[in-house]
Amino acid sequence: MSDAHMYEVVKVSDKKLIGEIIKLVGDQAYIQVYEETSGIGPGEPVYLTARPLTVELGPGLLGSIYDGVQRPLDEIYKTAGDYISRGIDMAGLSRTRKWEFTPRLKKGEQAEPGVIIGTVQETSLIEHKIMIPPAHSGQISEIVQKGKYTVEDVICKIGNQEIKMKQIWPIRQSRPIIKKLIPSEPLLTGQRVIDAFFPVAQGGTACVPGPFGAGKTVVQHQLAKWSNVDIVVFVGCGERGNEMTDVLQEFPQLKDPKTNEPLMKRTVLIANTSNMPVAAREASVYTGITIAEYFRDMGYKVLLTADSTSRWAEAMREISGRLEEMPGEEGYPAYLSSRTAAFYERAGKVKCLGGREGSLTIVGAVSPPGGDLSEPVTQNTLRVTRVFWSLDEKLAYKRHFPAINWLTSYSLYCDKVDDFIKKNTSEDWPQMREKAMSILQKEAELQEIVRLVGVEALSAEEQLLLNTAKSIREDFLHQNAFDEIDTYTSLQKLYLMLKAILAFYNLGLKKLRENLKLEEILMLPFKEDIVKAKIMTEDKLEKSIKAINETV
Amino acid sequence: MKLYKTIKELSGPLLIVEIPIDANIKYEELVEIELADKAIKRGRVLEVSEKTAIVQMFEHTTGFNIKSSKVKFLGRTMHLAVSKDMLGRVFDGACRPKDSLPQIIAEKELDINGSPINPCARDYPNDFIQTGISAIDGLNTLVRGQKLPIFSGAGLPHSAIAAQIARQANVKGQDFAVVFGAMGITFEEAEFFQQEFQKTGALERAVLFLNLADDPVVERITLPRMALTCAEYLAFEQDIHVLVILTDMTNYCEALREISAGRKEIPGRRGYPGYLYTDLSTIYERAGRIKGKKGSITQIPILTMPEDDKTHPIPDLTGYITEGQIMLSRDLHNQGIYPSIDVLPSLSRLKDKGIGLGKTREDHASVLNQLFAAYAQGKEARELSVVLGESALSEIDKKYLEFANKFEDRFVRQKKDENRTIENTLNLGWDLLSILPRAELKRVKEEHIKKYLKNYD
Repeated sequence: MSDAHMYEVVKVSDKKLIGEIIKLVGDQAYIQVYEETSGIGPGEPVYLTARPLTVELGPGLLGSIYDGVQRPLDEIYKTAGDYISRGIDMAGLSRTRKWEFTPRLKKGEQAEPGVIIGTVQETSLIEHKIMIPPAHSGQISEIVQKGKYTVEDVICKIGNQEIKMKQIWPIRQSRPIIKKLIPSEPLLTGQRVIDAFFPVAQGGTACVPGPFGAGKTVVQHQLAKWSNVDIVVFVGCGERGNEMTDVLQEFPQLKDPKTNEPLMKRTVLIANTSNMPVAAREASVYTGITIAEYFRDMGYKVLLTADSTSRWAEAMREISGRLEEMPGEEGYPAYLSSRTAAFYERAGKVKCLGGREGSLTIVGAVSPPGGDLSEPVTQNTLRVTRVFWSLDEKLAYKRHFPAINWLTSYSLYCDKVDDFIKKNTSEDWPQMREKAMSILQKEAELQEIVRLVGVEALSAEEQLLLNTAKSIREDFLHQNAFDEIDTYTSLQKLYLMLKAILAFYNLGLKKLRENLKLEEILMLPFKEDIVKAKIMTEDKLEKSIKAINETV
Repeated sequence: MKLYKTIKELSGPLLIVEIPIDANIKYEELVEIELADKAIKRGRVLEVSEKTAIVQMFEHTTGFNIKSSKVKFLGRTMHLAVSKDMLGRVFDGACRPKDSLPQIIAEKELDINGSPINPCARDYPNDFIQTGISAIDGLNTLVRGQKLPIFSGAGLPHSAIAAQIARQANVKGQDFAVVFGAMGITFEEAEFFQQEFQKTGALERAVLFLNLADDPVVERITLPRMALTCAEYLAFEQDIHVLVILTDMTNYCEALREISAGRKEIPGRRGYPGYLYTDLSTIYERAGRIKGKKGSITQIPILTMPEDDKTHPIPDLTGYITEGQIMLSRDLHNQGIYPSIDVLPSLSRLKDKGIGLGKTREDHASVLNQLFAAYAQGKEARELSVVLGESALSEIDKKYLEFANKFEDRFVRQKKDENRTIENTLNLGWDLLSILPRAELKRVKEEHIKKYLKNYD
């Protein structure tokens, strides 16, 4: 196979199984097949396609559900039935569907890569911007009128180059940009523990490791539902089939809180369940991120969640093992670290081709075996991500959700996003956050003492602190994803909730100095307001804080 | 069909056969070996190149001879002959009848490897299954189409619990069947299940696949796949709700490791092959419901954790694929509590959509959360009292300790033939919650307290 190229896509046997060339030795090519290979034998034909593994980008992506190599699963279901049989070849974008295209440029205008030729209102939420693909430029010699076109119709000509609404892009290569910018805005998730203590910036990276049952998946779902981004790409990499079905059935029902439109209209799902071929699993995160980059290039804020990147790493390990490569740590290939880093580096707030600003945030879940964070995938991920949400099994047992441990988690974006939060709440936000954090840290120390000598050994002030810490944990950090009101908290309400707890603490300290007993302080009526703050409206909460402050 | 007499090498269960270039042999094709004494042994193609094929035998290679054995490639991959007549029958790991009745007449032949179900074709599991066991129904609810393993240890009563579930989960009015796959278990264990099924008349509605501890190891790999192929046929073509019990998954993984080592593959964690996760997922993921189909497959795989260690690769990888786990506790077992289910680390991920008004009862979700939280706190108080003595506990902690003790004694503990309705289970939960002061009941709604708490004042 001397005509073959590295990473070229091939079709194996007359069943046309999709494969990729991963090694060339002399006249021999090593092919990684993306489908089940039983019943295939020597002597069968292999067809070259002369292109690397690519995705199709254009109108029709939103609301789709793809497998790891961008085959539309809903279309496959309609044509091939309940099971995914082998050799099904189906284009990622519909060839027959027509889109209303509105041109923005005129004949004779100069067009550079990234310039918007025209737009398509793809869903009621998102305007799809048709851009000049990278490496195309010149004068527009022809452009179509406003009207309905398929993704295959030529809508514009630059010199002799034909431009369609559909672009293709190799998944392992990041899309070009002008430059990267420093992230400054927070990605608001409506999850109190994240927004208050461990925020991630738009264009940032976060890592959520946790043992099974600690609530990784719920956190990822909540992010996909509530984040203040324009587009969500949800990659289910080696996940459970039933869980993917849950997403598929739930997302179309869920409404975007801002526009009241179904969330599916801004979502792309990549579903590669654990029993689908391992090579497609390896490709799925790249398929996802390439689609995410494409929307970023339009100037949108994009969130990519990958659940779970451990399955991706294991897929690499499996493939590497079959190739008999020299293994690194725990059997993972030696390039695990560089591949992980390169993947997360595709995130960022960027100045795109065409001059727009867009951002791509990556939240990767990691499933460390036995919950042991010292294993290679977690460690390699932690080195390149800037936020760490540490899911804690013990908290999950107590049904404290989200089970993000406040003592071990961290975010390196706190100071970067403070300005934004201050502007939207109040100047004293950073101090409040630090105060609350220090109370929680102090609690951990005091708990040690309590464990040894009992709670009576503590001073009244320390007992008040313990009580406040409990309040922060139970009335602020604990959040019920399945409760209609509690599932999302606005930045303003979050600020008020924490404010109320701290105000009560100050009140308590003052009353203690006035020789009031701790029990009596805890009986004060404000305490009840704090407990109920989760389901209170913002005005009511504000009144309550005022009342506490007046008493102080 | 050509016979080859070109065996080049024999090592363990592996055979290397020299083949001509035009042999047209396929990956995973079935193979028959005829020995000198005309005995037929079976295997499958593991690897094939232009000159050689590596064949893995399903049976012992004792008595094989390089010169006189003949190899026949059958030109097809492994298929299972299925029919509704399989109900009430017992088969071995190669699907040969084990009950001295004749072979079934096939209605269909199905590839035992199956194909992944398209996530778009799946229907979300949300029908409550009442197992009659409080620790499961009340706190870790099983739903139809779920895969919920039992994580056990050597000597713990997982078999009794599985048999009790199989017996009691029999929903009246619905077509129901049990497919039982046993891999490498002892004769006595297999006999226990057979007798249990027979005693309760469940045997006519069960298909048993048995591979005992002294049966060929390779058959342990194909057995669960056969069991699931049979289950898929019954569920999705015959509209039956199927409960699949697979025991013991640890033996399955051991077999996989044995074969992987024989193939000289690069080992992963603890010598298990690197593809263990993918391999397990092709078994576990064959549970579920399909849109427009009446039947369903619910899986209860049982595995014994070596040294009760749940970070061992087998339970660990299983937990990442299955939708929760029922964890058995040696402590509770030693205290004489049956079923010794440790509810805190147990989890049913799909319970939220299977409980509540119209499924179980309106208060289920909040009672469940309150019981979990209270039991966790009670156990913490117990640890504290071990260190400091019970007198050092605060009043409230003493209440929690009392709650934890009674919870284990009355809620978790039940008889082997006790079939509690979900109402009984929830009422029992409320009963126990009344031990605690009202102010502590933060996770239940006020209206539910009024309605269900007995001594409400």
